[in-house]
Amino acid sequence: MNPFTYVRATETSGAIRALGRDSHFLAGGTNLIDLMKMGIVTPEKLVDITHLPLKHISRTPTGLSIGALCTNSEVADHPLVLKHYPLLSMAFNAGASPQLRNMATVGGNMMQRTRCPYFFDTALPCNKRVPGSGCGALQGYNRMHAIFGASDQCIAVNPSDMSIALTALEATVHIQGARGGRILPFADFHRLPGDTPEKDNVLEPGELITSLTLPLPAFPDHVHYLKIRDRTSYAFALVSVAAALQLDGGNVRAVRLVMGGVAHKPWRLEAAEDFLRGKPATVENFRQAAYLAMQGAKAYAYNQFKLTLAPNAIVQALKTASGVTA
Amino acid sequence: MADYSDNQSHEEDLEHSTRRSFFKQSTAFGAIALTPAALVRAAEHQWDEKIADVFEKMPLNIEVNGVKHSLKVEPRTTLLDLLREQLDLTGTKKGCDRGQCGACTVHVNGVRINSCLSLAVSNEGKKITTIEGLAVGDNLHPMQDAFIRHDGFQCGYCTSGQIMSAVALVKEGRTHSREQISEFMSGNICRCGAYSNIVKAIEDVKNSGL
Repeated sequence: MNPFTYVRATETSGAIRALGRDSHFLAGGTNLIDLMKMGIVTPEKLVDITHLPLKHISRTPTGLSIGALCTNSEVADHPLVLKHYPLLSMAFNAGASPQLRNMATVGGNMMQRTRCPYFFDTALPCNKRVPGSGCGALQGYNRMHAIFGASDQCIAVNPSDMSIALTALEATVHIQGARGGRILPFADFHRLPGDTPEKDNVLEPGELITSLTLPLPAFPDHVHYLKIRDRTSYAFALVSVAAALQLDGGNVRAVRLVMGGVAHKPWRLEAAEDFLRGKPATVENFRQAAYLAMQGAKAYAYNQFKLTLAPNAIVQALKTASGVTA
Repeated sequence: MADYSDNQSHEEDLEHSTRRSFFKQSTAFGAIALTPAALVRAAEHQWDEKIADVFEKMPLNIEVNGVKHSLKVEPRTTLLDLLREQLDLTGTKKGCDRGQCGACTVHVNGVRINSCLSLAVSNEGKKITTIEGLAVGDNLHPMQDAFIRHDGFQCGYCTSGQIMSAVALVKEGRTHSREQISEFMSGNICRCGAYSNIVKAIEDVKNSGL
């Protein structure tokens, strides 16, 4: 690990001012310290933000506010989240290990880098790690990689389970910078790689995620987070699906569908949602929705299997969420 | 110790000068709590040589297994390396050193974490429990006892991490089924494959109401 200066911040504005060139905020550290040990991130300064007062989980008139420094397990196990936003708890518990969830924060989860093996190996080319060096995955071993929204610069996927659920729940991100704050829809936080895959998200230098807000609960039941992975637990998704339904008799009144493991950002399935809304909740309709969701998918040499796995996962997630099996 | 070469001294001076300018800034911000007042004063007076060695390390107050320590640690030191190398508590093991195997599991303020991914300096004021802190005198913790009775290990390298995780698991109440135990123990890898006996040991402790 490269030497760095360590700074402990006690208030948010001080943390933002302390952040300089080649410096990073340090929260749970589960991703950043790993990347520093690998020599992938080599900051001159770490600003430890774990003492900032951003650890609340509280009701607001419009929903729920979650401080950016809450740990993954604090949110997953919180009674209000379990009762009103069970999809979020399910997604959290599908990610990482109990120890890591006890360390990793909500804001840090949003900032975690891709697990693309070419990004993690400093001997190999990666446009995300070294812009302009090329994409090793494009012609390489790309089994874990994107089938939607990729570019010829980068075909990496975002590894966060939490972010898939937060996209489905239409969360909002609160950001503080030196010149004031701004609020973003969660779906606009992460970005597609395009020609600048080094940018995972739209956060500007010196900006700090301070909290998330969830709208009033709309999907307290009929939700499911399905994660398909190489082993039963503690692995990144090959494909994951967050499904949330409101059922009116046998009909779909409202629906949210978001896929993980398939793109550089949480991949919302709007065509599938539009198709299902107002229609009977039947497996046949779920299959048609999955078919529509897969339009435009593009596989590479080693991830062709995702073209079959993903639509099957969508149907299965909808079946489990709705309880409909025929 | 041999004298530093000129080259090395020069590099260190450059480094300290960067840090010095930062400390000056930080006093202006008034929001940064890390720096003892004496250090800031020293930086303002440009007493580089006198404080050089202090800059290399950060003060850290930490309680480990009930013993309070006031230490100086280099910012890069992980909690795992602090425990093993500076406090001689080698019961906590270094497996992957990347948060993937769980061998380094300890409790921080009663919560299980991977000590390999935690910087020691970010544990200021925290209470750490390691495998050495479980037994009371010669009386093993019930989980240690259960691991022995159920043969919950072969080579033993992952065992201290498994036990620390298992103690936390029971406290968390994640022991309703074998499946739940397996799921919530998935952060601890055992290459010998003692999993089934580990689950039995955990069920045993849970059933005895401890």
